[in-house]
Amino acid sequence: MRTSRRPPIHTHNRTAYAFLLPWLIGFFCLTLGPMLGSLYLSLTKYNLLRSPQWIGFANFKQIFTDDATFTHSLKLTFTYVLLSVPLRLVFALLVALALNKGIRALGIYRTVYYIPSLLGGSVAISIVWRQIFDSEGIVNAFLGWFGIDGPAWIAHPDYLIYPIVTLSVWQFGSAMVIFLAGLKQIPADLYEASQVDGAGKIRQFFRISLPMLSPVLFFNLIMSIINSFQAFTPAYVIGDGHGGPLDASMFYTLYLYLKGFSYFDMGYASALAWIMLLIIAAFTGIVFATSRYWVFYGDSKEGR
Amino acid sequence: MPTLKRTYSQALRHAVIILVGVAMIYPVLWLLASSFKTNQTIFTDTGLWPHSFTLDNYRNGWKGFQGVSFSRFFGNSALISVLSVLGNVVTCSLAAYAFARLEFKFKKVWFALMLVTIMLPYHVTLVPQYIIFSELHWINTYYPLFLPKWLAHDSFFILLMVQFIRGIPRELDESATIDGCGQGKLYLRIILPLLAPALITTAIFTFIWSWDDFFSQMIYLSDIKLFTVQLGIRALFDPSGSSDWGALLAISVLSLLPITLIFLVFQRYFLDGIATTGLK
Repeated sequence: MRTSRRPPIHTHNRTAYAFLLPWLIGFFCLTLGPMLGSLYLSLTKYNLLRSPQWIGFANFKQIFTDDATFTHSLKLTFTYVLLSVPLRLVFALLVALALNKGIRALGIYRTVYYIPSLLGGSVAISIVWRQIFDSEGIVNAFLGWFGIDGPAWIAHPDYLIYPIVTLSVWQFGSAMVIFLAGLKQIPADLYEASQVDGAGKIRQFFRISLPMLSPVLFFNLIMSIINSFQAFTPAYVIGDGHGGPLDASMFYTLYLYLKGFSYFDMGYASALAWIMLLIIAAFTGIVFATSRYWVFYGDSKEGR
Repeated sequence: MPTLKRTYSQALRHAVIILVGVAMIYPVLWLLASSFKTNQTIFTDTGLWPHSFTLDNYRNGWKGFQGVSFSRFFGNSALISVLSVLGNVVTCSLAAYAFARLEFKFKKVWFALMLVTIMLPYHVTLVPQYIIFSELHWINTYYPLFLPKWLAHDSFFILLMVQFIRGIPRELDESATIDGCGQGKLYLRIILPLLAPALITTAIFTFIWSWDDFFSQMIYLSDIKLFTVQLGIRALFDPSGSSDWGALLAISVLSLLPITLIFLVFQRYFLDGIATTGLK
């Protein structure tokens, strides 16, 4: 640890604010201003052509009491987040553990596993996904080898969520790279000492690897949750772009987009955006609040 | 026999890792192989090696649609991405220098706000941003796509650089100050060169994210001449099923090429950047 904290010799108000100027302009004009703007718009009826018309909490009232699509899209997005985030992290952790044991050609494996994270955000891969999960596609051909008659993943509304979740889990490589780096940081003598004490592999994992990785896991969890709630491209491209078939791809962000930019109900879209912000904040808050029970930082003495 | 057992489990582990690896990479290989198959055989010939090898898909796909070819879309995407990269590199490093090295009023407040903006979902500012840009008559221009980068809007990279600058020994600054360097020179001559790895990480991730940024491009661009690669592909693709799949897959391959090349060239920065900061 470096100790760079020393009393400041000078303050450089003017120079510092000159350096910060672009960010400050961006902060006020692109973040804070628009945030307040969308809070205001959420209380209005606004279609971009006529000036906003104050309607109080009517948008919110309608969303919570009289909007089946909202409820459905929220459920769908929750399902997506609750399936894809844990699966992705578990996969990343398992593969990282397998790769960590001084394997030969680690670099090549790391590259191969990372490539999906690199390409997965593109429209191209979403299109590929649509095709390989087609009822005649290679996924069902593969399932056929085991005598399983795979469903029409894309066309049938009950199954569409699974290709979309798979696409997210497929991109576990970036989390894996982070876990690998975290595993490298764990001092080898911890394992040696525990081996002397007779601890097995499983015990070592739960008593050493997992607690030592918990700060990394914590960070990954937060970022994955935030990003997953905002997933758009896969739902838009793997679905039909309007939320179909039968609203099976109506993710929250897609609903928000359609409300704002297809129906130009921008007040309503703003209300949806604020609800989304509060939901994400609540999730992040819960993870933060529980973190003191499961995140261990190396320098604190965690008693037995 | 412990050694035999170890070799056995070692081999098993290798086998599993390779198998999973093949499964992981298979969709990409399928895409590549199918792009060389004729339209009739893409869905019948499920093997990876094309029996009827053709380049027609690339020729047909590149022609684009409505008289606009993909060379235009690629040019547009490249322009947006390069302008975005420059913006992020310049303005994020300026802000990061202030946060990491200078003392000023309300620094803690600004820094905290900067951290909060990292976690803010894009959508909560989306509608007013759209209104602002449309008031400025910037719909169907590239300003909404790259201008935010020139205002250090991706604060994630500020944090990345702040952490990096904090690791640069202060003694360097101090000796340069004694030699008469002002803050501007210090930033340009001392910090920027040493910050290079973080700048490269920022540059490659900004490039990829701008290249793939389908959502904003779709919102702000409707004029076909201004279309990007992502919009072009989406327009070529008809969800109801009558797409020219060969051409679509060929263009998809090409759209992934720039990102893949950058990855292969800068692999080290990628993996280090992800490992130290948790970039996606």
